Amino acid sequence: METYSFLRYLADSWVLLVLTLFFVGVWAWAFRPGSRKIHDDAAQAPFRHDDGPAETRR
Amino acid sequence: MNTDVLKLVVFALVALVAAIAADKAHDAAYMVHAILILVLAGGAFLWQLRTMPAPGTAPLESVREVPTGYMDGPIRAGVIATAFWGVVGFLAGTFIAFQLAFPELNFDWGQPFTNFGRLRPLHTSAVIFAFGGNALIATSFYVVQRTCGARLWGGNLGWFVFWGYNLFIVLAATGYLLGATQSKEYAEPEWYIDLWLTVVWVAYLALFIGTILRRKERHIYVANWFYLAFIVTVAMLHVVNNLAIPVSIWGSKSVVVFSGVQDAMVQWWYGHNAVGFFLTAGFLGMMYYFIPKQAGRPVYSYKLSIIHFWALIFLYIWAGPHHLHYTALPDWAATLGMVFSVILWMPSWGGMINGLMTLQGAWDKIRTDPIIRMFVASLAFYGMSTFEGPMMSIRAVNSLSHYTDWTIGHVHSGALGWNGLITFGALYFLTPKLWGRVQMYSMPAINLHFWLATVGIVLYAASMWVSGIMEGLMWREVDANGFLVNSFADTVDAKFPMYVVRALGGVLYVAGGLVMVWNMWMTIRAPRAQAVATPAE
Repeated sequence: METYSFLRYLADSWVLLVLTLFFVGVWAWAFRPGSRKIHDDAAQAPFRHDDGPAETRR
Repeated sequence: MNTDVLKLVVFALVALVAAIAADKAHDAAYMVHAILILVLAGGAFLWQLRTMPAPGTAPLESVREVPTGYMDGPIRAGVIATAFWGVVGFLAGTFIAFQLAFPELNFDWGQPFTNFGRLRPLHTSAVIFAFGGNALIATSFYVVQRTCGARLWGGNLGWFVFWGYNLFIVLAATGYLLGATQSKEYAEPEWYIDLWLTVVWVAYLALFIGTILRRKERHIYVANWFYLAFIVTVAMLHVVNNLAIPVSIWGSKSVVVFSGVQDAMVQWWYGHNAVGFFLTAGFLGMMYYFIPKQAGRPVYSYKLSIIHFWALIFLYIWAGPHHLHYTALPDWAATLGMVFSVILWMPSWGGMINGLMTLQGAWDKIRTDPIIRMFVASLAFYGMSTFEGPMMSIRAVNSLSHYTDWTIGHVHSGALGWNGLITFGALYFLTPKLWGRVQMYSMPAINLHFWLATVGIVLYAASMWVSGIMEGLMWREVDANGFLVNSFADTVDAKFPMYVVRALGGVLYVAGGLVMVWNMWMTIRAPRAQAVATPAE
C-alpha cells in the first residue's frame, strides 16, 4: 500500500478510535466520583498565593 | 572560567560574526539586521564588562543577593511592551485602512518601504505577535507564579525570553519594511529570524515547565494548561511551517521545502492553529485567571474547564483545511476541516459560558466595575466570532465569504473584541498590582476606553459585513447569458464608503489605546503614598 493510502486508512480507523476513547476518558475522569472536592480546591488556587511563593508544599 | 567571562566571549564572538555578515550581506534587510546585532552584541559586551566584579574581588554569591519572592521585573517590562506595541500595531492598521480607502497615501517618496504590501504584514505581526505575544508572555509569567505559589524557574531566563522575543519582533518588522519575507501569512519572517524565535521559544517552554514543576499546589491550575498548550503547539507549528532552506547564509532569502497544495495545507494548518493556540488557547489562559480574580470568585465550573480544554485542543488542530475550499486540496480534507470547525463551536461556547457564569452572584459588577465590563464584552465578542467562524467554514457560506472583506471583519471582531479587550482588562488589572498602587489612576478613563474600543469594533465589523457580502454577491453576479456583470474595479469602487467607516472605527480603537497608555503612565508615575498590596474587596 502506498504511504498516502496507508496513512489515510490509519487515520480514519485506529487513530480515530484512540482519540475518541481518550476524549471519552477525559469526560469520565472529570466526572469521576470524589473529584468535586479536588476541583473545588483547584478552583481556589488563584486566591492563595497573591503575595509571595508558598513556603511549604501542600 | 566563570560565567561572566564566558558571557564576554560569547558577546564578542556574536559581534564578530555579525560584522562579517554585515560585510558579506547579499541584501539590505540582512545587512541592516547584521549591523543591528553587531551594535546590540557590542552594547551587551560593554554592559557586561562594566557590571561584572573585577578579578580578585569578592565572588558573585556574596555581591548579588539570592532573590526571593515572585520575579515581576520581566512582567512589568512585558506590560509596558504590550501597551507600546499595541498602539504601534493599531496605528499601522489604521494607516493601512486609510491607504485602502485613499490609495494616494501610498506616498511616492516612501516607496517601496511604506506601501500597503509591506505595511500590512507589519500591522498583523505587530498586533498578533508584538501586542498579543508580549501580553501572553507577561500574563503567563504572572499567572504561573501566582497559581503555583513558586518563583519563575531559571534565574534570569525570564529576562532572556522577554528581550529575545522583542528582538524577534524588531527583526521581523524591520525585515518587512526592507522587503524580506517568505510570503507565508502570519509567518513572514525569514529563516534566521525563525531560528532565533525557536531558541527563545524553547527557553520560554523550559521556564514555564520548570516553574510548574516547582509548584506548591497539588493541582496544575487550568489557566496553566491553556498556556502550556499554547507554548507547545506554537513551537510545533512554527518549526514545521518554517522549514526552509536559505539560498545563502549571507542573505535573507530562503526557499520553503514544501510546494503546491502541500505547502498550502501546511500553511493553513499553521495559520488556523496560530488563531487556535496563540489567539485562543493562550488568551483563554488569561480568561481563567483574570476573570475569577477581578470578580473575586472561583471559576463557574472547574469540570467544564477541563472538558473545555481537551475538547478545544482536540478539535482545533483539524480545522485548518476550511481555508482551502474550492482549491486543489482534496474535497475529503476540506470537508474534514469544515466538520471539525462546526463542532468547534461547542467547546468555544462552553468556555464562554464558563467565563460569563463566573460572574454569577456578582452581575452588578458589570455596572460598577469597568474592568469586569471589558472582560464581559471580550467574552461576548469571543462568542460572536466563534459562532461566525464555524458558519463561514461551511463550504456554501465560504463560497460567498472567502476572499472578501467579510473574512477581515470576522478576524477583527475576534482580534479587537476578544483578544484586545481581554488584554486591556488584564493590563488594567496588572498595572496597579505590579507597581504597588491601589487601583488605576482614573476609572472614568477605563470606561472611556471601553466605549471607544467597543464603538470602534462595531463600526469595523459592521462595515466589513456590508462590504464583504456586497463584494461576494457582486463577484458571483451573472447576466442572462451567463456573463459576469461586475469587474473587480467595480467592487473596489462600491466599497469606498465602507472603507472610510472601517478606518474611522480604527481611529476610535487607537484613541482608546492612547487613553489606556495615558492612564497607565499616570498610575505608574503616581506617588506611592497609599500603596497597598491588594485592594480591599
